[in-house]
Amino acid sequence: MSRTLVIVLLISPLFGFLINGLFGKFLKGNEKLSGGIGALAVLVSFICAIVAFAGVQGGAVLEGESGVLYEWIAGEGFTFNIGFHVDALTTVMLLVITGVGFLIHVYSIGYMHGDAGYTRYFAYLNLFVFAMLVLVLGNNYLMMFVGWEGVGLCSYLLIGFWYEKQSATDAGKKAFIVNRIGDFGFLLGMFTLFAAFGSLDFAAIFGAAEANDFQQVFGGITLVIATLLLFVGAVGKSAQIPLYVWLPDAMEGPTPVSALIHAATMVTAGVYMIARSAVLYELAHTGEVVAWIGVLTAFFAATIAITQNDIKRILAYSTVSQLGYMFVGVGVGAYASGIFHLMTHAFFKGLMFLAAGSVMHAMANELDMRKMGGLKAKMPITHWTFFIGAFAMAGPFLSGFWSKDEILHSAWGSNPAIYVIGLITAFLTAFYMFRLIFVTFYGQSRVESDVAAHLHESPPVMWVPLAILAIPSAIIGLLLGWGGHDSAFHHFTDNVFKAAKEIGSGGHGEASGSMVLFMIISGIVGLVGIGAAWMRYSKRTPSAQPGTALHKLVANKYYIDEIYTAVFVQPIKNVSHYLLWRIVDTGIIDGIVNGVAGAIRIVGGTLRRLQTGVVQAYIVSMVVGIVIFLAYYLFML
Amino acid sequence: MLLSTVIFLPLLGVVAIALLRGMGASAIKGIAMGVAVLTFLISLGLYTGFDATTTEMQFAESRAWIPQLGTRYDIGIDGISLWLVLLTTFLTPVCILAAWNSVEKGLSGFMMSLLALETGMLGVFCAMDLFLFFVFWESMLIPMYFLIGIWGGERRVYATIKFVLYTMAGSALMLVGILALYFQNGDNGFALLPLYERVGGFTHANLLFMAFFIAFAIKVPLFPFHTWLPDAHVEAPTVGSVILAGVLLKMGTYGIVRFCLPLFPEAAATYTPLIVTLAVVGIIYGALVAMVQPDLKKLVAYSSVSHLGFVVLGLFTQHHAGIQGGVLQMINHGLSTGALFLLVGMIYERRHSRMIVDFGGVAKSMPIFATVFMITTLSSIGLPGLNGFVGEFMILLGSFHSGAFSKVYVVLAATGVILAAVYMLWMFQRVMFGTPDKTNAALPDLNARELAVLLPVMLFIVWIGVYPKPFLNRMEKSVGVVVTKVRQEAAPAMGHTDFLDNLDDIERPTATDVQHQKEAERK
Repeated sequence: MSRTLVIVLLISPLFGFLINGLFGKFLKGNEKLSGGIGALAVLVSFICAIVAFAGVQGGAVLEGESGVLYEWIAGEGFTFNIGFHVDALTTVMLLVITGVGFLIHVYSIGYMHGDAGYTRYFAYLNLFVFAMLVLVLGNNYLMMFVGWEGVGLCSYLLIGFWYEKQSATDAGKKAFIVNRIGDFGFLLGMFTLFAAFGSLDFAAIFGAAEANDFQQVFGGITLVIATLLLFVGAVGKSAQIPLYVWLPDAMEGPTPVSALIHAATMVTAGVYMIARSAVLYELAHTGEVVAWIGVLTAFFAATIAITQNDIKRILAYSTVSQLGYMFVGVGVGAYASGIFHLMTHAFFKGLMFLAAGSVMHAMANELDMRKMGGLKAKMPITHWTFFIGAFAMAGPFLSGFWSKDEILHSAWGSNPAIYVIGLITAFLTAFYMFRLIFVTFYGQSRVESDVAAHLHESPPVMWVPLAILAIPSAIIGLLLGWGGHDSAFHHFTDNVFKAAKEIGSGGHGEASGSMVLFMIISGIVGLVGIGAAWMRYSKRTPSAQPGTALHKLVANKYYIDEIYTAVFVQPIKNVSHYLLWRIVDTGIIDGIVNGVAGAIRIVGGTLRRLQTGVVQAYIVSMVVGIVIFLAYYLFML
Repeated sequence: MLLSTVIFLPLLGVVAIALLRGMGASAIKGIAMGVAVLTFLISLGLYTGFDATTTEMQFAESRAWIPQLGTRYDIGIDGISLWLVLLTTFLTPVCILAAWNSVEKGLSGFMMSLLALETGMLGVFCAMDLFLFFVFWESMLIPMYFLIGIWGGERRVYATIKFVLYTMAGSALMLVGILALYFQNGDNGFALLPLYERVGGFTHANLLFMAFFIAFAIKVPLFPFHTWLPDAHVEAPTVGSVILAGVLLKMGTYGIVRFCLPLFPEAAATYTPLIVTLAVVGIIYGALVAMVQPDLKKLVAYSSVSHLGFVVLGLFTQHHAGIQGGVLQMINHGLSTGALFLLVGMIYERRHSRMIVDFGGVAKSMPIFATVFMITTLSSIGLPGLNGFVGEFMILLGSFHSGAFSKVYVVLAATGVILAAVYMLWMFQRVMFGTPDKTNAALPDLNARELAVLLPVMLFIVWIGVYPKPFLNRMEKSVGVVVTKVRQEAAPAMGHTDFLDNLDDIERPTATDVQHQKEAERK
């Protein structure tokens, strides 16, 4: 595979960013051109990604020296390059990023119509694609980190895109800071790896780790620490417990941003990172931690999703929950399944967000589904595509079913408890997702009359991407997932995870039991969840006020945000302001400095009095001095 | 002669302005700008002519000066001072352009002070004779005294005196140190290079180290010697703040790497735990106090305390990446904090306030300003792809890898990365985002001159972030010299272990060993 191809793939969105960013002023009057440039930049990347994908199938992989572009940070004893690593795993990510990315750019041309920051929006969106490509193309952890922080920046900029809104800029800042907490872990993880291997290159680290079989030599302590620290980064970026709090708030950004960054691509970076580091997680046996955090997050977020009424927030919590599933997958050693779920999720969740955007577009930015109902009639395409997306996530047969089921199946082999929680979560998922569908699209219309007058299906530039995304959401699971652990997708990514599989064999119990049985069970669970939602919500609106104490607790998201504010944010602010600044800095340190100056002045002032200018006084003091000296020498010595 | 030309050309500008006193304002500005630009252009010859493969002092000049005192005019630069010289010659014309319309009284005096200051700073970075160093070190105080004391804000007298006295206190200690070294230098007088060659160390090395270190720590400023800085910054005119943050503080860290480390490596190792503790406290403390500042300039001042803590941490790692990162971070801090003060100055000229509460929604009325401000903010919080990250990463990597001190320090220092995002982004949000009130909505965006001030700085911020090789390359050998010195002599003083420190010592079995072992187990 040629490096040039990868460079074109990577650079194209950067150019898009520069054009819209630097010349936005001149493009302002021409939305079609500005949006067109943005979309075209990603389309070029998409075409390159297809070529790369075809190349990888032929077995060509870009790695090692041939992938190095230039020496970035280097000195005595350390070299960090800008270089590419392209294998099957990379191309899956590339296709998702540029493919879904392109459709979302097209959709945005319509969605952002008339916005004052139109060119700025496309500049940011292109920059995001560029950073995300850096993240997945890098052949070392440092370059991954560059992309990692880069996407975080774009996320910050896009969440706070409507910067006049306080809640939007608050949410952007929160996202960046919470992600930085994760990145702090990622940084330390990199240092630990460097201390152990003297390099951050994937090839060097994985090769050395395999050859030395670290678990035998050190009991894996270095790798345990390194992998857990890297996982802290993943927990931040991919919104897992306890750092998930930024993602629901991130819905303040434009909806296509939620679709691209906060559902399809950026938030899955943590899953990608662990899949990429599969060898290390196998050697360190830290996959179990990953899987437990994942499944607990999946369950926890699903419970919150049931109680929310804002459609974007429901989707956000469902994203947190589905990311949890992906972590279960990569945690129990089912790397291909985790990545497969990442891919199907990108389609169906991207689709649902765009459909939600379509609803908002029609409803004058209303997000509360209690004020909707019966939208099916007015918005048939939006309804059907949303329905397909929801069914793909919750029900049997469509794409998400296949990938999720593989994960659950592998989880059973690893730890039945994880499986059971995962299955309960699958029920909750079906329930909350179809609660959303039924309350929004079915039943009586509760739309306010002035809004109802304008209810309309979205323009083609918006619904065509919806329709296109609905296709893979529906069928890609069957196409690539048929055969479970022996499917086309598994074969495609086989080489990437071969080494990890070999190390892990014996570590994870081989997935046991008939796959078909598992599929039947989760299929039934999904259908029961949908049925339960139908019974409860096809005719009824969710009540305005939470009833029981438990309901209130969950509806308020377990008060986690409030707890964080009370335990971390406020105390740090107060300590900094009152203790550190007012008392320590101004009071003590500066007090001492000024005190010394003052003391010198007082001493000086006192001593000045001695200089009286009276000769007699000088003589007296001289005589006294001589007497003291004489006395000392005579009597003391 | 090239180096002397660079150092004294600005002084020639001072003389020219002094002689032609009666000129109009534009002529004064023209001469000042012309001299500063010319100095910068000539100094580029130092870059192009620099030989990255040698550890020798380059562009060296040596002349008898005051033989009775044993002091000589010895100057020269290595890969460390090269960048500080270039930073100085780069920032001075930027500052003159930035002050173009903001000096209302005593323009000629202002420009003369600025140019005299440049000569003083350049001399400090080039002097290879302790006496000469001290002369430059002290002489640079005078123009700075005028800059803050005459063109400063309301409490300028208090701030100036505090600044000068603080520095003088340190200088007094350093002077004692210099004299002590002189008496141990035999026939070499005040020459620095023979001191480097000396084997067996100095008598009272610990005391001498401290004498120098405290002088430099005040300048840096290292916690708890920092309280002069916020006052000086707040009262200084914009340009004064830029030079102060951009170059003057670097004289402290430069002094550490030029004198403290290579002359007293053992003492440096002895005091490393103390110094690194202060550095880490400074990183966190500076960040936390910066977070709650209501005044933009004070916020940036405290952020400097935090950033310079990183530099000091890097310098005491005894590790190549750490020290090199520390030196690079001096340049980075000069660029990004310099730019921050320029930006604060520009907004102050429009709004006549530096209080964060007075702003809000400025991004709406000043979109170009907002973009530049954002880039600078990101540079300051160490976003990869911009300059700050490269330095911070190298410092932290070196600290972690070196084993010169516990990894707990590194973990604590790395929290500075989180805190920087907190205080900078919170400030940015309050100043730039939201709905502007009437006054803020009417603020005009940057004009061409202001853009011309900022764009060169932005260029370097991106350049060092994306392709730092030309910078790292040229400092590598010189940093290597320092590393060798501190490593060799400091080795006995390092006596502590972490689980990771032993990694390098453990003999790792090769793949075949493991295989043999497995086979043996099977049998």
